Amino acid sequence: MRKSMKRLLVSGALALASLSAGAAAIAAGGEIKLPSKQWHFQGPFGTYDRSAAQRGYQVYQEVCAACHSMSLMYYRNLMALGLTEGQVKSLIKDIQVPDLNDDGQPIERPAKLSDRFKSPFPNALAAAAANNGKAPPDLSVIAKARAGGPDYLYGLLIGYVPYDKLTPQQIKEFDVSKDDNFNKYFPGHKIGMAPPLADDKVTYADGTKATLDQEASDVTQFLAWAAEPHMEARKRTGVRVILFLLALAGLMYAVKRSVWADKH
Amino acid sequence: MASSHGTPPVFNNKVIAWIDHRLPIFSYLEKEYHTFPTPRNFNYFWNFGAIATVMLVLMIATGVVLATNYQPNVLMAFDSVERIDRDVPQGWLIRDLHMNGASFFFIAVYIHIFRGMYYGSYKAPRELLWILGVVIFLLLMATAFMGYVLPWGQMSFWGATVITNLFSAIPVVGQSVVDWLWGGFAVENPTLNRFFAFHYLLPFIIVAVVALHVVALHVHGSNNPLGIDPKGPQDTVPFHPYYTMKDGFGVMIFLIIYAGFVFFAPDYLGHPDNYIPANPLVTPDHIVPEWYFLPFYAILRAIPDKLGGVLAMFGAIGVLFVLPWLDTSRVRSCTFRPIYKWFMYLLVIDVVILGICGANPPEGWYVPLAQLATLYYFFHFLILLPILGKIERPLPLPPSIADAVLKQKAG
Repeated sequence: MRKSMKRLLVSGALALASLSAGAAAIAAGGEIKLPSKQWHFQGPFGTYDRSAAQRGYQVYQEVCAACHSMSLMYYRNLMALGLTEGQVKSLIKDIQVPDLNDDGQPIERPAKLSDRFKSPFPNALAAAAANNGKAPPDLSVIAKARAGGPDYLYGLLIGYVPYDKLTPQQIKEFDVSKDDNFNKYFPGHKIGMAPPLADDKVTYADGTKATLDQEASDVTQFLAWAAEPHMEARKRTGVRVILFLLALAGLMYAVKRSVWADKH
Repeated sequence: MASSHGTPPVFNNKVIAWIDHRLPIFSYLEKEYHTFPTPRNFNYFWNFGAIATVMLVLMIATGVVLATNYQPNVLMAFDSVERIDRDVPQGWLIRDLHMNGASFFFIAVYIHIFRGMYYGSYKAPRELLWILGVVIFLLLMATAFMGYVLPWGQMSFWGATVITNLFSAIPVVGQSVVDWLWGGFAVENPTLNRFFAFHYLLPFIIVAVVALHVVALHVHGSNNPLGIDPKGPQDTVPFHPYYTMKDGFGVMIFLIIYAGFVFFAPDYLGHPDNYIPANPLVTPDHIVPEWYFLPFYAILRAIPDKLGGVLAMFGAIGVLFVLPWLDTSRVRSCTFRPIYKWFMYLLVIDVVILGICGANPPEGWYVPLAQLATLYYFFHFLILLPILGKIERPLPLPPSIADAVLKQKAG
């Protein structure tokens, strides 16, 4: 009976786990198959690829930042990508941020490490007004805020299909006109954002060839890092915690066995 | 049994003896957690009471720390949670523990409830013990619901809107009740303020009801997998060290699985939309509650009438209160109920189906499936249970716990 109880317990736990897995998968609404890329940060020991994330910051700063804020990020955070204080300061030396002077008058001054990433628009209304009525989403936690996460972001950036490459059936089904942007991975396919990246949209400082795929992959890794800067600490701590708990569980099992030895 | 705990303990330590003479906390601990006679035949299902207690303490401890850094204001709540995650030292750890702790608290509680149902732990003389447990379950649901609102993401906001709106289905006073819950005419800052206040208060009420739950438990002692009462010392073991050590082992295994989620998939059980700040002008495609509410959410939506749906949802928990009287069988444990055992498994499958229906938009064949599963849920409690107890012929019960344990060892 004891054996069967254990089996029951295990199958119960598995049933619960598969239920939640199923629910999560369903909630994620995965009708569109996302490209699945092998990310450097995946898996229980995965870490961020610092150089990719640094290049990704360059893509964000030179392209995305024209419309998208990252209001939860501070320039000082960039030091966690392996940049020195001096390097970050030189990266941001041309950025002017709004402030008040001692007389309470609005001014612009050079950005400091303690500043948040500069927002492209003074407020949400202005952002919406400049973008056909809908403010571009903030990108601070975007990698966690979309089903599919990094795969979705990467897919979105490489998933644009020009109008003349669409099949007549797609044009009909999704009611696409010449002025629409069609994206394979965007829910509903018609997306307000024009294709943001293309080959050689940026010139990488480290000499990496700036293909569309490279840029999309780099900025995705930058955004994944921005959404969870402490991921590496989390995984490191997790390995230690689980090893400790395993040892303690083993000890507890031995103690329990010896305590019960005279009872069965 | 309460009187059979043995002679009052003698403490050799003078300080302990002095205190105990005036405030008998040590005698109490000795009697209730050391020598307390406990059936010797528990299986690992009996760990989940201890596991749930550990989760309760863990949730309160992490929650208090989070509250020192959280801002219950609609303009700051989302960013303050992100600040905990990003800038507060080890804040991510505390938040991930708390966020996943809610799910694992529910996992422990659901298994604990299943165990109570499967082994008939709710039957005389443990009806009040069971009812207190259902009260804890309700308080837990209220606490979890309000806690999910606090990060003020899209699912927080829209979940709060949907669930509070349910009360508008109450005839005549419905809308007044909703306005009263909101503290205004929409889910807004006053709503967030009060949800935070109650999210902080309710866990301590849960602690109080858990204390009553334990007091009630210690009157007649625990049920056991055979569902028969211990007849003497040969059927029991002292709670310590036998079950403290066994519970300790079970807690460790549970914590390992929990840590797996906390450290390697902290957002797996959450919804990506809750990382989008709340926006009253944009409704998410599908508003879904946290996974542990999905079966009840499915029951709510299965009834095409709003008031009917609300009544069914609350009724689904309401039937649990009267479970001790719906079950007419005199045998407690499903081990000796050859027919009911299978209906117990069927009920679990039914609840899982309800959960899957709750996770999906109410379209297509999910609608009739959810309705069928809802119907079966109530059929199980209201019709099957009373009738089955009368017609089922239980297997012969063993003469005693010791007898069954020794026979099993021999065979």
